[in-house]
Amino acid sequence: MPEDPDSELVSRVRAGDEGAFAELAGKYQGAMLSIARGYVPSSAVAEEVVQEAWIGVLRGIGRFERRSSFRTWLFRILVNRAISAGVRERRSVPVEDMGPVVDASCFDAGGTWQAPPEAWADQVDDKVIAAKMSARILSAIDELPLQQREVVTLRDVQGLSSGEVCAVLDISNANQRVLLHRGRSKLRQVIGSEFGRGR
Amino acid sequence: MSRLRFRPRRDVVCREAVELVTDYLEDALSQAQRRRFEAHLAHCPDCPEYLAQLRAIVALAGSITPDDLTPGMREEFVSVYRRWRDDEAHDPV
Repeated sequence: MPEDPDSELVSRVRAGDEGAFAELAGKYQGAMLSIARGYVPSSAVAEEVVQEAWIGVLRGIGRFERRSSFRTWLFRILVNRAISAGVRERRSVPVEDMGPVVDASCFDAGGTWQAPPEAWADQVDDKVIAAKMSARILSAIDELPLQQREVVTLRDVQGLSSGEVCAVLDISNANQRVLLHRGRSKLRQVIGSEFGRGR
Repeated sequence: MSRLRFRPRRDVVCREAVELVTDYLEDALSQAQRRRFEAHLAHCPDCPEYLAQLRAIVALAGSITPDDLTPGMREEFVSVYRRWRDDEAHDPV
């Protein structure tokens, strides 16, 4: 297993360093709120769930054996709390929208682009454009269907490995990839439409 | 024996390529699928841009950094910590 990026902060929290706890909490608070919101009816309840999860982390951190990364353990605690507080039963991966990720009208009968994507990938190298687009992508992630949002947040925003994401959400690797694929494809459309046409 | 029998069954078309992009980036394609996908990219004028856009999306999402810890948030987390510590002191597990 690769080095746990939170290893040092975890040790400091265990040693009683409240500043280290604040740092750790600040690092994950946004992602936790975003995930919790998918399970419970309101932002206020989501905040309570996240706070409870932090208390759970503090209670358990002395016994945390580092068999998984801290963040995997943390998000598992969150998801379990959210499930018990929430209205939504989740264990299966529903078929959210299984159509093609690019509209069929973009291709000719043979499956070749007839309305190809307008080029913009290069422009993201520009720091000013990238800053603007990363703000836009954050709100676009919030608009994704729940499970896509979870996977994209954990994987692409927080940088968890696919194995970690599967462990947190209790889904198979194949499901994880389907959700990631659909989520990223939607984000591509949103960002594409910021540049021009969002095909 | 014709070499033809060793060729891919059929070329990947753009409509299929866009559905393979994530598996490609995740290194989840079989060797044969990967070869067919890359063969398509090598001659398609448009799919390389599509792949580059997906890569750009991953990079953009990864560039979102958590907001800096505001003094207010810091205070709140520290108070969560202290409440927990005080509870533990009164009611050790």
